[in-house]
Amino acid sequence: MALTRREFLKSSAAASAAAAIGMQVPSELEAAAGNAEAGWRWDKAACRFCGTGCGIMLATTGEGKDRKIVAVKGDPAAPVNRGLNCIKGYFNAKIMYGADRLTTPLLRVNEKGEFDKHGKFAPVSWKRAFDEMEKHIRKALKASGPEGVAVFASGQYTIMEGYAAQKMMKGGFRSNAIDPNARHCMASAVVGFYQTFGIDEPSGCYDDIELTDTIVTWGSNMAEMHPILWSRVTDRKLSDPDNVKVVNIQTYTHRTCDLGDFNIIFKPQTDLLLWNYLAREIVYNHPEAIDWDFIKKNIIFTAGPVNIGYGMRRKGEKSLTPERPDGSAGKYSAKEMQTIRQEMVHKVSEDEAPALAPYGYKAGDEMHHTPGTLKHWEISFEEYKKSLAPYTLDYVARVAKGDPDESIESFKKKLQDLAALYIEKDRKVVSFWTMGMNQHTRGTWDNTLSYNVHFLLNKQAKPGSGAFSLTGQPSACGTAREVGTFCHRLPADMMVKNPKHRKIVEKKWQIPEGTLNPVGNQHIMKIHRDIEDGVVKFAWVNVCNAYQDSASAKHWIKAARTMDNFIVTSDGYPGISAKVSDLILPSAMIYEKWGAYGNAERRTQHWRQQVLPVGDAMSDTWQWVELSKRFTVDDLWGGYTLRNGKKLPDVRKKAYAMGYKPDTTMFEILFANDRAKSYKIDLNSFPQKGYDNTECLGDERNVVGSDGKVFKGYGFMIHQYLFEEYAWFGRGHGHDLADFVTYHKVRGLKWPVVNGKETAWRFNVKYDPYAAKHAKENGRGSEFAFYGPLAKALPKGTLTGITDKKKTPLPDKAKIFARPYMQPPEIPDAEYDTWLCTGRVLEHWHSGTMTMRVPELYRAVPEALCYMHPKTAEEKGLKQGDLCWIESRRGRVKARVETRGRNRPPRTLVFVPWFDERVFINKVTLDATCPMSKQTDYKKCAVKIYKA
Amino acid sequence: MKNDAGNDRRKFLLTMARDVGLLAFGGFIWSAYVDEAVANKLALRPPGALKGKDFLKTCIKCGMCVEACPYDTLKLASPGENIPIGTPYFEPRDVPCYMCTDIPCVPACPTGALDVESVSTDGKLDINKADMGVAIVDEKNCIAFWGIQCDACYRACPVMDKALYLEYDKNDRTGKHAYLKPIVDPDYCTGCGMCEHACVTKKPAIIVRPRELVMGEVGTHYVKGWDKKDEKRLENAHEIHTVTPRSEKKAVDTLNDMGGLLDD
Repeated sequence: MALTRREFLKSSAAASAAAAIGMQVPSELEAAAGNAEAGWRWDKAACRFCGTGCGIMLATTGEGKDRKIVAVKGDPAAPVNRGLNCIKGYFNAKIMYGADRLTTPLLRVNEKGEFDKHGKFAPVSWKRAFDEMEKHIRKALKASGPEGVAVFASGQYTIMEGYAAQKMMKGGFRSNAIDPNARHCMASAVVGFYQTFGIDEPSGCYDDIELTDTIVTWGSNMAEMHPILWSRVTDRKLSDPDNVKVVNIQTYTHRTCDLGDFNIIFKPQTDLLLWNYLAREIVYNHPEAIDWDFIKKNIIFTAGPVNIGYGMRRKGEKSLTPERPDGSAGKYSAKEMQTIRQEMVHKVSEDEAPALAPYGYKAGDEMHHTPGTLKHWEISFEEYKKSLAPYTLDYVARVAKGDPDESIESFKKKLQDLAALYIEKDRKVVSFWTMGMNQHTRGTWDNTLSYNVHFLLNKQAKPGSGAFSLTGQPSACGTAREVGTFCHRLPADMMVKNPKHRKIVEKKWQIPEGTLNPVGNQHIMKIHRDIEDGVVKFAWVNVCNAYQDSASAKHWIKAARTMDNFIVTSDGYPGISAKVSDLILPSAMIYEKWGAYGNAERRTQHWRQQVLPVGDAMSDTWQWVELSKRFTVDDLWGGYTLRNGKKLPDVRKKAYAMGYKPDTTMFEILFANDRAKSYKIDLNSFPQKGYDNTECLGDERNVVGSDGKVFKGYGFMIHQYLFEEYAWFGRGHGHDLADFVTYHKVRGLKWPVVNGKETAWRFNVKYDPYAAKHAKENGRGSEFAFYGPLAKALPKGTLTGITDKKKTPLPDKAKIFARPYMQPPEIPDAEYDTWLCTGRVLEHWHSGTMTMRVPELYRAVPEALCYMHPKTAEEKGLKQGDLCWIESRRGRVKARVETRGRNRPPRTLVFVPWFDERVFINKVTLDATCPMSKQTDYKKCAVKIYKA
Repeated sequence: MKNDAGNDRRKFLLTMARDVGLLAFGGFIWSAYVDEAVANKLALRPPGALKGKDFLKTCIKCGMCVEACPYDTLKLASPGENIPIGTPYFEPRDVPCYMCTDIPCVPACPTGALDVESVSTDGKLDINKADMGVAIVDEKNCIAFWGIQCDACYRACPVMDKALYLEYDKNDRTGKHAYLKPIVDPDYCTGCGMCEHACVTKKPAIIVRPRELVMGEVGTHYVKGWDKKDEKRLENAHEIHTVTPRSEKKAVDTLNDMGGLLDD
């Protein structure tokens, strides 16, 4: 639109005058004023960082490859943040422009330029990079079959990237060894959802904050990790300070405690005791608070095995062999084995004994563990009640009190006050949690215990009431969980082990029946362990930092660097994973590609490519699609025998019958098929008009691609294809997503999106059309329908086992689980006398690869500190600012002592954040996991502290 | 974190600064020659530094405090810095004072220019008593006052929740978020500058300046009726004698001066 000088002045003046008094200007006039400002283009996007899912607007300027992001603002139209951001979100504009961005593939080579595991990194072409990947994938397939090719995936993938990776891995390579870093952050929540509801993700939404009377945080430092949500909690408290109560429950005092009416400091792992105490208070002392009508219509009681181990390595595994007289075993030292032996046999302690009594154990008994299982069965309410009997105030307080300087009376009073808040009739309660309850060797149990309390009181799936798992990563929900980039999952809550689910996916992907691998057990720690065992020979790190973020890190780094394997890392910046790799691929960062994320309240948000990637960087989607060109039907779809003896059939003949040829590439089958090509490039219409699209059109950088020729684009709208094909799986099954174009017009929508309307509260007949439909069909007259389909027929039994194998169906019902308190496998003793808890700080995101490159954030928090109690420091001969060693059975790191900072641990615990690769705390942590969810417990292991 | 190369460089600069001091002032008792106007009132001094003139009179510019500082916070003023040459000072935006609990810089002072007594409680060193300056917030440019969830300064404060605390306020624009505004309490602020160092705005929106420069002072003629402690200020109370342009003449002269009183 051309404007005369006079019109221009008029429009600018009008816009600024209007802005000054907060008036709306007609959008055409506003746009004109905007354009006049130095040619900036504003477009919406989602924040790169946490699971809150704030909306932002990005300003870009320049043409073609000179177009750069110059500014960011919070999106005033975004319902989550209404124009605000946290300190990380404030720097979204700066994260892509660090001085050491990776701009070209790098390969370890010798002097002759040949690949050499011990060589130095040197730039290579994309073609060479793919040649090497292809060669090493073929080698790995030959040596170990599909189980030998693995991917460290991500909750920070865009939805399309995750879907492309999943498709090529599971459909192409027939490998389920793809598992995201979300395994480290959300897996326990997921299994909790599956077990309780039969379907993943929260019932409520963020509006609960404004509607509730009580916010209880469990193992969650919301003030630093979900600051925008925390400011909403704060606002809620301010709006009605006498009535609205905030209680925070954690193992050390942190910023979230500032707002608490009271705060509970518990001993690591004893949150299991606290939840059971609350349930006991309800069942034994306030039975009138139980909504029996609700329970009878909607709930059944269940139990499962308790001797499930701690998800560590097990006797007989290759790297634990041979066992030596000095106590060491295979690649593990005698010290490490002290803890690992707990995985096989554990002696029931005095502290655990009362909780385990209903399950037939007493103190001193040897509990022989079998590997974790999801198995469970229906029990009676009386059996459930029996399981709660031990959790008296005296027992719970004695074992759970976490601050030795607090009196037992004060601790008991807090527990009673907490119970009173939950139980109070008509008081709405939201329980929020994050890593404290998920990163836990009984994380799944902990999650299900939270729903128990809410269910007993009928305070779940209602506006302002419910247990609500907050997500750590921007698309842990949207990509890792909903797309299903886990080793055991397929899109929309389908499972690789379910033949019906595999069939649905095979049909949609148009790959032969029997192609998909039914064995999905290579979760992220298993991939690391499989590399150490020499099974996985090829691993690719995508949008994560698997070698910095995994516990017992020394083992995995050693395996990557010293064994016969090939590790690839795709990243924007050189982090630890890149450093230990053999090949590094430069990835396009978030706003250099089209993408979509899904946040913790089921809100899916899309954005367009804002700028061209730097250097020769290309998106992870492109990297996957290019790799698919290297493999044909005959390369991948012959027969295999898996480690467990199971056979993957030769499906080539079926493929030929479908019209594929021996040399048809996976590219043609999975990505550039006729369905894909029906999604047209249309540069004249919204949303494509005016925006770059590197994958589809190439771009003016003329990047020389995987075939040695300038990459000119796929020629169809691959982002839309990937999204729509993925979304198809969930539509009509309670996961309904809107269409691609709609998402570009709105500020995200909470799924299920039915008839264009988002869903705020799931399972509630009033708000969720699926619940309404199920309730009508089951005719129980309930206001709820917990319609998740997983594990909805169970045998019957008691706390100690199954008594009647016949499975009873339980449609539309949710579950309350009997689950006891059990100790973690490693607790402080005379030598390693202190608990170590790890986590994050507000200023830095995860391993710091992005935020440690933003000068302001680096300056604000340049290094990770060891937060400890002043008395602990004094006892250890340390003072503020001293360097100390933090040493466990696995390794040690040096950090500066901080006794007066943001985190104030009790005398028994130290806290060290993990963002700083120079304070590599995961050398110290233990890779014990919840044996059901396989999520690592980063919140507790035993260390000693001494002066460096 | 220190490295050896950095240390050497620091020593070199230190020596240079000392030499300059000696050259400039030779064998005179140079404190007498320091023009107060030259002394830059903006300079932040080490913990325990005597105030104003007394400090300049007592400091012999030996650099011992600078050498004792484990964080390279302290430096000696060089020519052109508008700070008396050779005296120790620090710039928190570059390196703040990390408030070491054993305050190594203070006992290192051979002349008492850094006064151990002023940073001690019951004979024990107490860095919380240091008074290097006071932080002030530019509320216009502090992004926490915009509603951004920043508070980097607050989390950096070693006297957190006392010297720097958060004030919660509703954000009426969004209707559902709160402001978490950093507020300085000068009674506790030591002026260490950790806040200024951590501030993420281009030019810091929280800065530290010497207390005399920043703080107002209330007269002793009025005491807070609601605060018993405030009566302490009466210790400095003095006889009240007031003069205004209206009262400067003697009463009798005023009375005898009819001025224009009878004019039409």
